[in-house]
Amino acid sequence: MRNVFLFIRRYFNLVFFLALQVVSLMILFRFNKFHESVFSGFANEVTGSVNTRFNSVETYFTLKKENELLRAQNAQLLNKLKSDFYWPDSTSTFVSDTVRIDSLEQYRKFLYLPAKVISNSVNSQQNYLMLHRGEAQGVTKNMAVVGPAGIVGTVVSTSKNMCVVMSLLHRQSKVVAVLKKGSGYGEVSWDGQDPGYVTLMKVPKTVTAQKGDTVVTSQFSDKYPPGYMIGTVESIEDDPSANSYHLKVKTATDFFSIQHAFIVKNLQRGEIEELEKSIKRIQ
Amino acid sequence: MSDLLKNSIRFILFILVQVLVLNKIPSLHRFITPYLYFLFILWLPFKTPRLSMTLIGFLFGLSLDFFVHTPGLHAAACTMIAYLRSFLIILLMPKETLEISYAEPSITSMGFMPYATYVLLLTFVHHVYILFLEWLQFPNILYFLGKVFATTGISLLLITITEMLFNRKSRYRTNVA
Repeated sequence: MRNVFLFIRRYFNLVFFLALQVVSLMILFRFNKFHESVFSGFANEVTGSVNTRFNSVETYFTLKKENELLRAQNAQLLNKLKSDFYWPDSTSTFVSDTVRIDSLEQYRKFLYLPAKVISNSVNSQQNYLMLHRGEAQGVTKNMAVVGPAGIVGTVVSTSKNMCVVMSLLHRQSKVVAVLKKGSGYGEVSWDGQDPGYVTLMKVPKTVTAQKGDTVVTSQFSDKYPPGYMIGTVESIEDDPSANSYHLKVKTATDFFSIQHAFIVKNLQRGEIEELEKSIKRIQ
Repeated sequence: MSDLLKNSIRFILFILVQVLVLNKIPSLHRFITPYLYFLFILWLPFKTPRLSMTLIGFLFGLSLDFFVHTPGLHAAACTMIAYLRSFLIILLMPKETLEISYAEPSITSMGFMPYATYVLLLTFVHHVYILFLEWLQFPNILYFLGKVFATTGISLLLITITEMLFNRKSRYRTNVA
């Protein structure tokens, strides 16, 4: 027994070092697996406040581009206004119902919550963004995040006022996508090399794809609103081992200069999950 | 300025420079992350006890990790170099006595060649370890090797520039002080 104590005393430095190594490796692999960490809530608040301050300077550099994007989106939204459409001959009269039931709310599926991007990275294999909106403002895990031009990522961890978003440029991110033409379902993922491009995998060869085709989110996704822009096809590669293509897709979102984003809340997600759970129970 | 205060300021500055400046450099991003922050550990005073050195390394790495959302990655590498540091210094120091005369490792206190070897080896170990952990998750051997050498090169360049820009006054410590 005495020898054990002597041994520990003699090699205490080594033991301490090894213990710290084990601790760090444990947090590392745990975080990457479940996208959450022991202190993530507290740490997000602290790093978030530093990032917010820095971002207030950084915003100025991309102000012009951001303005253009928002103007384009504004124009798109203005074109959808009811007042844009005019029917010269109206054969029906409009009667407003006095019963106070907001019938619109029942059918709404997606709700867009605007948020400011306070930190962003593109130069690692696992890129994350931090947004200035958290649990207190109605953000929960697994919500989709889109930008004015195209999709951005998925919320992976939240704190009171911030949330961390796994960027589309993350080795573990996967989005169900489809060509806007209507065929060619596949999965969009990132190979970790060029932040400007992602890959649409496993598109069957029966589909004819061309350079410049638009890739959008599919309606099979339970997070993203269907038909939201992902990017445009840049080149087409054959996969010799399977009967499918790999399409190289240029992302619509410019990840270098993103400053604003919308967190998309799927209001019917709970119902979908319940249904899926009940199916599992039957099986 | 006391060592504690000086090193606390360095701690914060190195983290901020790494997070807010170096991690944002776009043209290198695809292949290389320009790392400089670990220079903080190389600059810690000689007389830091080995145990607290290891602990400081861990905490330093962990605080960077929280900014880049990879808890544990940099912490592991920093603990490693903080631990190896003391062995390397014993091996490289020309004389035992110098350790008492100067406060912290620098070209003046160690001599050019020993200091260069010290920086080179620790930088290399740090990068190999970090990129190895990354490689475990996405194996690609050529990419890994290329990245190790390119990143080490860039880091050494940055350290040279830093050493030239900030002339640390490594004054000779006398018995009076």
